[in-house]
Amino acid sequence: MTSNLPGGQPPGMGSSRPPSPPAPVPPGRQESGAPLLEVRDLVVHHGQLRALSGISLAVYPGEVYALIGANGAGKSTLLRTISGLHHPTSGSVTYDGKNVTGVRPDKRAASGIVMVPEGRRLFPSLTLEENLKVGMSFARKGPWNIARIYELFPWMKERRGQKTAQMSGGEQQSVAIGRALVANPRVLLLDELSLGLAPVIVQRIYATLPQVLESGITVLLVEQDVSQALRVATHLQCLLEGHTTLEGTPAEVTREQVEAAYFGATDGSNHGLG
Amino acid sequence: MAWVNAIIQGLLTGGLYALFACGLSLMFGVMKVINLAHGDLAVVAGYIGVGVIAITHMPVLWSIPVVVVLMAIIGYVLQRSLIQGALSRGELTTLIVTFGLSIVIENGLQQFFTANSRGLGVGDSFITASFSIGSQITIAWLNVIIFALAVVVLLGLQQYLSHSKYGRLIRAVADDREAAQLSGANYRHVFGIAAAIAFGTVAIAGMFQGMITTISPTLGTETILLFAFAAVVIGGLGSLWGTLLGGVVLGVAQAIGAQINPSWEQLAGYAVFLAVLVIRPQGLTSRGAQA
Repeated sequence: MTSNLPGGQPPGMGSSRPPSPPAPVPPGRQESGAPLLEVRDLVVHHGQLRALSGISLAVYPGEVYALIGANGAGKSTLLRTISGLHHPTSGSVTYDGKNVTGVRPDKRAASGIVMVPEGRRLFPSLTLEENLKVGMSFARKGPWNIARIYELFPWMKERRGQKTAQMSGGEQQSVAIGRALVANPRVLLLDELSLGLAPVIVQRIYATLPQVLESGITVLLVEQDVSQALRVATHLQCLLEGHTTLEGTPAEVTREQVEAAYFGATDGSNHGLG
Repeated sequence: MAWVNAIIQGLLTGGLYALFACGLSLMFGVMKVINLAHGDLAVVAGYIGVGVIAITHMPVLWSIPVVVVLMAIIGYVLQRSLIQGALSRGELTTLIVTFGLSIVIENGLQQFFTANSRGLGVGDSFITASFSIGSQITIAWLNVIIFALAVVVLLGLQQYLSHSKYGRLIRAVADDREAAQLSGANYRHVFGIAAAIAFGTVAIAGMFQGMITTISPTLGTETILLFAFAAVVIGGLGSLWGTLLGGVVLGVAQAIGAQINPSWEQLAGYAVFLAVLVIRPQGLTSRGAQA
């Protein structure tokens, strides 16, 4: 129900930057062939508010692509648009060489774009195992199944009959990851895994990432916690108010550049903000 | 002895009320649709039964599965078209749309079948068959069959919702539609299945209503919808066995009321309904006060 009232974009919303051109691919990434997931010039509105202003990204097979940025930068909107829950005003989402911009979210999930949504979004009246079974309902063929999830998170087996509402935030997050993995995604979208969790729990959850990657899953993640993102990412992009402010590999970017891109300071000033 | 008789008769009637109510409860629980045409659907099922029997000359009991399947298909199609369209415009719109549907059904039935009431399977011996306990209690086999069938239907529904893939998806979609989509579920299709089940169960109820007494075009809103609402509220929203308990409580209250004074039958039922609303608004079986 997006109403296009006159004056679509309010002035002075930090729109002085031109829309970013399609991201230049750094050397080395193309070796893996075509991008598995590609977003071009994506513009998304929430009602009158412009949440994304021409975002482009290309995720190659086997990558851990991190989207970082402050609250309201548009990271979650981008992930939700890729999974099909938001419709872009313009721009395209291409998956495995096919344009999926108009495809329903459930069909995208069944074809291998699976998201762990922000805030876990488990089914509270279902047990842990039932949550996983729902995740498996339209699963692709692949290495992940419920038994494998219980190996990844050994505590789950004993508590599989429990309702997830009684579980801690970290446990719920693990169930949400498990529910996504049993669908055997090709691209796993992780939206703010660390939100509301103690650092030690965040570490424990990110410690499972190598096993996910080993199984051949490509990861696109959104993270507010920059240092966490830098630790796991092979490629990163920083968003600020719906624009791309920085892109590269963690090795290429300096801490100062990230800080400037994160907070929106122009070059040479306000580095002290962080 | 007359009181025991009233309680037994009321208890058995509760089975029919549960069949009326469980579809209403399911549709509200899963898609937040308050289907004001629910009672009329029972009547429609009865008239479809009249038609099926007239065309095929099959025995009335055999016609029930045919009518259930037909109504389930109608339910799926209506959900995917009319009701989904209303849902997309907001939950309140479904109230208006189902109210309109109710009016259309009642007037349509009056147009085609006149306002006269009709019975199903009139003259079949099993409809009037009964057995006696002692000298004062006579129980109709039909009522026993209906109660048993209600229990079987609720058990089957519970098993389906607990253990089947789509049953699980119905509960998942009721919890969080968007999260279910992210697991690959087309929630519109899941809604359609839930509506098919709701229409199927109310079809059974409508057929038996036509056998026990008669059906007429306006019966749906005059009594069936109200009894179904009362059973759901007494038992507790979202609880399958709650609808049986609610139906039984309503049936017993009506029977006791009628025993005291024949004109108090309905009054007694609604008195209990109001009492539950005041004392235990979440219903007898619900633990928390959920929406």
